[in-house]
Amino acid sequence: MQQLKSGEVNLGTSIMAVQFDGGVVVGADSRTTTGSYIANRVTDKLTYVHDRIYCCRSGSAADTQAVADAIHRSLQQYTQVYEGTPTVHTAATYFENVCYNNKDNLSAGIIVAGWDKEVGPSVYNIPLGGGLFRQPWAIGGSGSTYVYGYCDATYREGWGRDETVEFVKNTLSLAMARDGSSGGVIRMVVIQEDGVERLFVPGNELPKFWEGLEVLGKASAQPPVVPMAVEPL
Amino acid sequence: MTSIGTGYDLSASTYSPDGRIFQVEYANKAVENSGTAIGLRVKDGIVLAVEKLVHSKLLVPGANRRISTVDRHVGLTTAGLLADGRHITGQARKEAQVFRQWHRTPATLKIIADRLGAYIQMYTLYSSVRPFGVSTIVGGVDKTGPGLYVVEPSGVYYGYHGAAIGKGRQLAKNELEKLNLTELSTREAVFEAARIIYLVHDDAKEKEFELEMSWIGDETNGLHVPVPKDLHDEAEQRAKDALENFE
Amino acid sequence: MDHFPTNWGRPNYNTFDAHATYPLHVHPQPSSSADGVQHTQQPIVTGTSVLALKYKDGIMLAADNLASYGSLARFKGVQRLQAVGDYTIIGASGDMADFQYLQYILDNLIISEEINPQDGHKLGPSEVHEYLSQLLYARRSRMNPLWNSVLVGGFRDGQRFLAYVDLLGTTYKASTLATGYGAYIAQPLLRKAVEGKEDTLTEDEARKIMEDCLRVLFYRDARSINQYQIATISAAGASISGSLKLETSWGFAEGIRGYGGQTQ
Repeated sequence: MQQLKSGEVNLGTSIMAVQFDGGVVVGADSRTTTGSYIANRVTDKLTYVHDRIYCCRSGSAADTQAVADAIHRSLQQYTQVYEGTPTVHTAATYFENVCYNNKDNLSAGIIVAGWDKEVGPSVYNIPLGGGLFRQPWAIGGSGSTYVYGYCDATYREGWGRDETVEFVKNTLSLAMARDGSSGGVIRMVVIQEDGVERLFVPGNELPKFWEGLEVLGKASAQPPVVPMAVEPL
Repeated sequence: MTSIGTGYDLSASTYSPDGRIFQVEYANKAVENSGTAIGLRVKDGIVLAVEKLVHSKLLVPGANRRISTVDRHVGLTTAGLLADGRHITGQARKEAQVFRQWHRTPATLKIIADRLGAYIQMYTLYSSVRPFGVSTIVGGVDKTGPGLYVVEPSGVYYGYHGAAIGKGRQLAKNELEKLNLTELSTREAVFEAARIIYLVHDDAKEKEFELEMSWIGDETNGLHVPVPKDLHDEAEQRAKDALENFE
Repeated sequence: MDHFPTNWGRPNYNTFDAHATYPLHVHPQPSSSADGVQHTQQPIVTGTSVLALKYKDGIMLAADNLASYGSLARFKGVQRLQAVGDYTIIGASGDMADFQYLQYILDNLIISEEINPQDGHKLGPSEVHEYLSQLLYARRSRMNPLWNSVLVGGFRDGQRFLAYVDLLGTTYKASTLATGYGAYIAQPLLRKAVEGKEDTLTEDEARKIMEDCLRVLFYRDARSINQYQIATISAAGASISGSLKLETSWGFAEGIRGYGGQTQ
């Protein structure tokens, strides 16, 4: 597992995917950083790989784009050769093969999610060193570490589309609020049998939680610090 | 044999003026001289059966099987040159394994047939190689249900409800057409398969033969395996009885 | 035109071998980087201890269902025990991606050695163990180890089999085995409970011993969870339980005050 090469663009990132009865919701923040500089504040980390299969990318932007492009190509070839649409499992396996076989040269943490005829909605997580793990919901990227507890406490089976979208929106918003490497806007994609829908939450309309501002103001018992008077010349 | 002496039948890489490739047609002759092999695609599975001609009494009974397993869920049998059949079996196993490597899931029958077809067709293009002298029946159960295909020496393949290749194919096809294959259970199909093999066997020309059968279906847990001995023997006995009543 | 079908579809090496001096099949591999190559230096998604013991009827193995990501308990429903053929169960700790690769390799092994030939020659636990040890040793010798410790348990022809193999190709056998943290914490407990009683321990007693060891591990191994599976392999064949929950006790802690002299 490679550390980021120096100067490499990093998808600091909060990404997630959640399955519900008729489909999946995938979501991501939009921040891309080089060190502490935000190289792009409106990135789209939700990547189309097939008609009903998307992936969320985290890690090196260069690596994950190259991998996603390669798998996109493989899945197009699949539809031609096998005269049918690939399953989410197939797409995830393709990703896993690349990530596992090249683990020494890649930094890529990828979530693959979508809908297919065989099993309906499904979500697969492919963490750093490869390995394929199916999950009802998956979170990833640096921001995810701050919201595991929130997801464990909140997620319920049997949700519909709208509840799932709310869950993704709230989770990402919380992660973005605590992770310096995540931020910007929330992009989401709802994937169902009959279509794919893009959702967008601008950075100034994110769901708000406790922000501590008022408490900080009231709690200061000390008299306000008066700046030194500056003598007029 | 209008092709003989014309010079157009010396290589698979040469067409005859009317657009035929005689080497491929000769390969079909090799198939036609072989012991019969049949495949039945029924409600929940597949049955393969062959008339294994035994050319020497010194051979160990039951040895030198003509039906082989290519993956857990795929069976294969060939008619024609035995050695070519072995090679095709090896190639089919390779194709099944390579598919697993990329997809981490078993290949469908259609995919295996398609890849075998592509492979066999390669040997019809060059003067340095000889087309395979076998037709191949591949059968099994995959995620789409039972599948049965025949790949011919030219490389073409078709899907079938019932398939027959080798010497007795014409008679066997007649019998297969009489069956209501989509309603049959795999167990019932075993009896029909045995009966057909015994029926098409030409006692006058070939004395000795062994009935070899395999099946895959609900009863075998999705695995392609030889038909168990007791069922095999029962089917064989019934086949013999039916033959006597028939004659 | 290349008349050798085995060469079709392969890249040609005219640059290296303009006069085709290489025999069929053999192609020179471009030599790898002169600077040397670095491979896997650490596991990423990991499973902790696997335990195993001999009992009256066969071998019992146990492992929890956690795949950790550093200290993060990332995947909580992962199965780390796997049947291989009819007579063997393996349990793996270490890198879970490498374990999935091992499962794939062993599945292929069973297909090519049992399913395809159908000659009645099945792989027993000793064969599986030998194969794994050769594979793991070969990989470490290429400086690219598969980062696992694996327990191989089996039962065949009335004989029990239990052995260990790890990322270096190290192997040993014993009537109780444990990997990872379990080697420090559970192994002494297992030895005390099992050694000398291998032929009398019942399945229920063995299960109780396993649960006790898993409980101690859950108390003391920071990479463990209280959700686990138990597998047995005996004359009856291989069986792997569903996911089970460990019962734990914490009530004794209620009255504890401070860390020394403090009383309230």
